[in-house]
Amino acid sequence: MSVLSQIIFVLILGAAGYLLTKRVKFLKRNILLGKAEARNDQPDRRWKTMALVAFGQQKMFKRVIPAFLHLLIYVGFLVINLEVLEFVLDGILGTHRLFAPLLGAAYTAAMNFFEFLAVCVLISCFAFLIRRNILKVERLNKPELKGWPGLDANLILVIEIVLMFAILKMNAADQLLAERGVGHYITVGPLFFSGLFRPIFEGFSDGFLVFVERAAWWFHIIGILAFAVYVTYSKHLHIFLAFPNTWYSNLKPKGEMKNMPEVTNEVNMMLGIPVENAGEPPAEIGRFGAKDVNDLSWINVLNAYSCTECGRCTAECPANITGKKLSPRKIMMDVRDRAEEVGKSLDAGGPGLEDGKSLLGDYISKEELNACTSCNACVEACPVNIDPLSIILQMRRYVAMEESGTPAQWNAMFQNMETSFSPWKFSPSDRFNWAEKVKEEEMQ
Amino acid sequence: MSTYKVPTMAEMAASGQSPEVLFWVGCAGSFDERYKAVTQAFVKILNKVGVSFAVLGPEETCTGDPARRAGNEFLFQMQAVANIQVMNAYEVKKVVTACPHCFNTIKNEYPALGGDYEVIHHSQFLQQLINEGKVRLQGGGEFKGKKITFHDSCYLGRANDVYEAPREVIKALDVELVEMKRCRTKGLCCGAGGAQMFKEPEPGNKDVNVERTEEALATGAQAIAVGCPFCLTMMTDGVKNKNREAEVKVFDLAEMIAKEMGI
Repeated sequence: MSVLSQIIFVLILGAAGYLLTKRVKFLKRNILLGKAEARNDQPDRRWKTMALVAFGQQKMFKRVIPAFLHLLIYVGFLVINLEVLEFVLDGILGTHRLFAPLLGAAYTAAMNFFEFLAVCVLISCFAFLIRRNILKVERLNKPELKGWPGLDANLILVIEIVLMFAILKMNAADQLLAERGVGHYITVGPLFFSGLFRPIFEGFSDGFLVFVERAAWWFHIIGILAFAVYVTYSKHLHIFLAFPNTWYSNLKPKGEMKNMPEVTNEVNMMLGIPVENAGEPPAEIGRFGAKDVNDLSWINVLNAYSCTECGRCTAECPANITGKKLSPRKIMMDVRDRAEEVGKSLDAGGPGLEDGKSLLGDYISKEELNACTSCNACVEACPVNIDPLSIILQMRRYVAMEESGTPAQWNAMFQNMETSFSPWKFSPSDRFNWAEKVKEEEMQ
Repeated sequence: MSTYKVPTMAEMAASGQSPEVLFWVGCAGSFDERYKAVTQAFVKILNKVGVSFAVLGPEETCTGDPARRAGNEFLFQMQAVANIQVMNAYEVKKVVTACPHCFNTIKNEYPALGGDYEVIHHSQFLQQLINEGKVRLQGGGEFKGKKITFHDSCYLGRANDVYEAPREVIKALDVELVEMKRCRTKGLCCGAGGAQMFKEPEPGNKDVNVERTEEALATGAQAIAVGCPFCLTMMTDGVKNKNREAEVKVFDLAEMIAKEMGI
């Protein structure tokens, strides 16, 4: 029986590994639909940013209550995964609580700590469900969360609750069996939280308890493996991608827009400035700006897959606050949805990017792009350093330079700048008139 | 007694001089009726303190910021490259400006096009002058003891992490600095950045500047201090929208310092 369960376990583990590998390849290919961009400078600062922002949760604490609840789940996730290591080894080797004899009293302490964390995770997940569904916190109930994104968020919380209950139930049944001296069950010392469940199980037979314990064990480990696969389809990917995403943070001042060197040569020629390599034919210039995911940088797409749709960006966005259509979170969700669509199409032998659709128009409207004040509130608010503004500005470049589709008032501003060298229509010869008054004044 | 001087780079170069710092006036500082007063106030401070400065005068053009933010990279670079040519010809080393948009563009975006200068915002410059004891405030001026709130400009604050310099300047005025709920990294935009200054807002249920002005008024401040020409326009309009322009004034930092210096 044990050998059979070992074989089944290894098969399940292999299947999960296979599915995960396939998904990781799919995600990697989708992210690399974006253009190449080298962002490996200042590795020391990058590791430090990752340590503070992702590992240390620094920016989460801009909002203290959700930060604290999230921290409990995060620490629970990190620490309880140590127990999963024991689960996996037990499953493969056909052992039971492999580490217990090795660690002795430390094992009891560890189990109590894990149970404490499991309870913390339970409390946080319930609190998050309440915030989302009963208190209806505004940023968690915006239009872009209708349908799958909202369901996804609730599913994750429910799955985590169920998994945590499985641990506690398993430990309760396990320890009752050990005390009754059944089979291979071993006493690990008093366990406080699962002990609270004991009254439920005390009246049951050994056979039923073994069933409960085994069922909870299998449910927990299969649940975790299934969850790992589920995560790759979900907004919950941030648990992994937050780390590379923060490593690849923009370390430059937030106000700086990336230069377009492909434009500079042309500008220099127009202004009669000697251009290097002037005789050579220009390198092939793709599109100006971004119309679709493949025009963005791969880091923009990585950003999109790292987004857990918390909406802190949207809650801080001046355009969104005042009822405009723009939501920085939706921009990120759109980039991801489009990358997924293109990826799935490519896998099915379909047209991929050439499906007649594009990020601009089919997902993101000009009205949304035009509402942005480029204030960087969204960038500042993001707990994992996602940059929605970079995407908005690249798409504005496409609209202006490839479509000439900017609003009429902006076109007028462009015209003023071309003719009067100012966004307003004033005569350039009047530019210095302000000084006349002050030059006549006596210095006090 | 002599009059205030506003030397241009061309005049300086003609007499074989080069100033320590170029005062980049910007389009709002040159043309906007309200903001010209800020330019004049800042120039008076520079004169009074004896800073060796010059302006480009008629040789200055838009930095290109609104064109770039509206997506027109070509037009931005036309402006930028032309400005850089002029500044490099005068061998400009240091630039001070009262406009956070000009500040951000010249400081962060001109280097990629060959323009490398030390660029500081006038709030930082004023703070230095105050710290060095060069700006002597008379005290007991019109701001003494008043409640003043500071509205962070996005292009100074989040874009370039300058939060304290403007606050230090205000504190030097012996006033009570009160903060809005959303301040510093969380400061709410006035609504004008990203070229919004030059078009009507997209459809919504409120204007951003009204939202921000309500927050500023809620502090009970008697004056709103800003460090940006667009913020000045937006907040002034916001105060008018709320019919509070008689009691609550909007000032730029340089104006407040100049008033306190009695100039």
